Amino acid sequence: MADSYRNKSNSKLKQFFAGDLWYDFYHSPVALLSFSISLICLLLALTAQLIAPFDIFDLAAIDLMDADLPPPWAGEEGDSRFFLGTDDQGRDIWSGILYGAQISIFVGFTSVIISAIIGIALGLLAGYKGGRIDSFIMRVADIQLSFPAILIALLIDGVMRGLLPREMHDELAVYVLIFAISISGWVQYARTIRGSVMVEKNKEYVQAGQVIGLPSHIIALRHILPNVLNPIFVIGTIHLASAIITEATLSYLGVGMSPTTPSLGTLIRIGNEYLLSGEWWITLFPGAALVILVLSVNIFGDWLRDALNPKLR
Amino acid sequence: MFSFLINRLLQSIVVLIAVALIAFSLFKFVGDPINNMVGQDTTLQEREELRERLGLNDPFHLQFYHFIKNAAVGDFGISYRHKVPVSDLIAERAPATLELSIISVLLSVFIGIPMGVYTAIHRRGFISRSFMSLSLVGISLPTFLIGILFIFLFGVILRWLPTFGRGEVVSIGWWTTGLLTWSGIKSLILPSITLALFQMTLIMRLVRTEMLEVLCTDYIKFARARGLSEQAINFGHALKNTLIPVITIIGLQLGLVMAFAIITETVFQWPGMGMLFIQSIEEVDVPVMAAYLMMISLIFVSINLLVDILYAYIDPRLTIDGGSKHG
Repeated sequence: MADSYRNKSNSKLKQFFAGDLWYDFYHSPVALLSFSISLICLLLALTAQLIAPFDIFDLAAIDLMDADLPPPWAGEEGDSRFFLGTDDQGRDIWSGILYGAQISIFVGFTSVIISAIIGIALGLLAGYKGGRIDSFIMRVADIQLSFPAILIALLIDGVMRGLLPREMHDELAVYVLIFAISISGWVQYARTIRGSVMVEKNKEYVQAGQVIGLPSHIIALRHILPNVLNPIFVIGTIHLASAIITEATLSYLGVGMSPTTPSLGTLIRIGNEYLLSGEWWITLFPGAALVILVLSVNIFGDWLRDALNPKLR
Repeated sequence: MFSFLINRLLQSIVVLIAVALIAFSLFKFVGDPINNMVGQDTTLQEREELRERLGLNDPFHLQFYHFIKNAAVGDFGISYRHKVPVSDLIAERAPATLELSIISVLLSVFIGIPMGVYTAIHRRGFISRSFMSLSLVGISLPTFLIGILFIFLFGVILRWLPTFGRGEVVSIGWWTTGLLTWSGIKSLILPSITLALFQMTLIMRLVRTEMLEVLCTDYIKFARARGLSEQAINFGHALKNTLIPVITIIGLQLGLVMAFAIITETVFQWPGMGMLFIQSIEEVDVPVMAAYLMMISLIFVSINLLVDILYAYIDPRLTIDGGSKHG
């Protein structure tokens, strides 16, 4: 049994490598480059605890004597231990970026997954049930779509922060952020899934299922869902980039992650105060890291959308 | 047509009531309003009297009704932090935000449209290609990072322009403007470009796509055959026919400008409503938060209602199936 299963997944892998998508990917420098940069960013962020030269959360390792050092290659005062310089408290910028990217990517991924689950569930419900439930869900989606996602995330974040006692802000900041970003992003998934479900629902296999008396949640989850999931990966990739931007923006505005557990946005906010006095490295390096991360994910998402779009073939 | 309008109007009202409920629940669940109004030495009895007088012991629906009634005339009470009526605070901050938003919309229209036309006509030229790739980067970069880069480049390295505040402002009645002083105009440059950049790229790309489509049509070929000048064809005939979608987008973008103004204002310490809102979140200043929440949703709902009505007017097919755009 297990053996046949392995064979099956093996042949699926083979199918993938023999397929068009892999061919396109392998022969597109843009796709290869953007995907490898995204992957490198991801690996660096995930292994921050192992590869960062300093632990930025360890107060004993921080020495105020090292504060505000420029990168060694840009100014004479630099210290060769800190190749991107240090911030106002003597923390290594490069380590800060690694830990910060980890938090940014964690918030981004979690929000995308939650958004996708909410969106897929509501889209499936709306598309399969139709009628009143459908028009209600889609009306809510319409209304939400008329507000920009970043504004909705900001408003939800603000309201939640207002409702929480002040002492809990820092502890719960990450959950508030994830909640706000997830709620602001489900519409795209729901609309796409609903559209595909409405097409699938009239196909013979669904009718066959109905005729033999399968309960509707089995038909919807086991039979329709696997056939409509493909576009989700494209939406998810592009949404990941925008979720990371939203997180960074909220943290930059001071209503996201707290300075004790900094994400990339928080690092940029902290450094912003020192920009005017000429200490550019505290802000610009985390900013550059954010740009590289978001741009590579975005470009890869764009390529994936075009590659999977049959109209462009 | 009539039922469509009623439908949309009802929907807008439902949205506003939902937002009002959220705003109201902020008042109910965040701290005790009495504590925010009186000093330490107020006795319990005095507090209870104040509570009764303010109607805080009334049932929920009655309090909500009073809240809506006051909100409808713009009365959101007194800011916990600034100790002045919220409506005064907003009136004081509104000119800064409006000036910034209007200037940046104008910038994006008057730069974005010509750029779109240019990139459509000289499709394969070097300048068009660099515009297009630059615009891709512009769309991907978060607004606040663009602002920071501008500050670093023009404020710190070149020292050409101020990087925070509005500069000197002149008051005309209750309106304050920075457009009449040199320092005011200089202060406006960086924030307005930062805010305009995103829309500029959007308008440019939209105009370009529409122009490319129009330029292939028969009547343009015919105009060429008649020997009209390039100028007359491109601007008189082609551009004119691309403008309807462009105007719609610009209208819809007005709301987006307000949203992004929050970010731009924070980056440049611009004393507008967006910064007021961010500060109110940090300080848990509930009346200000509630007022901003209501105001921004009112703006969005009205813009969308207006666009819906205009669309229904232009395209009567939309109104046939009970007003659902997505059938």
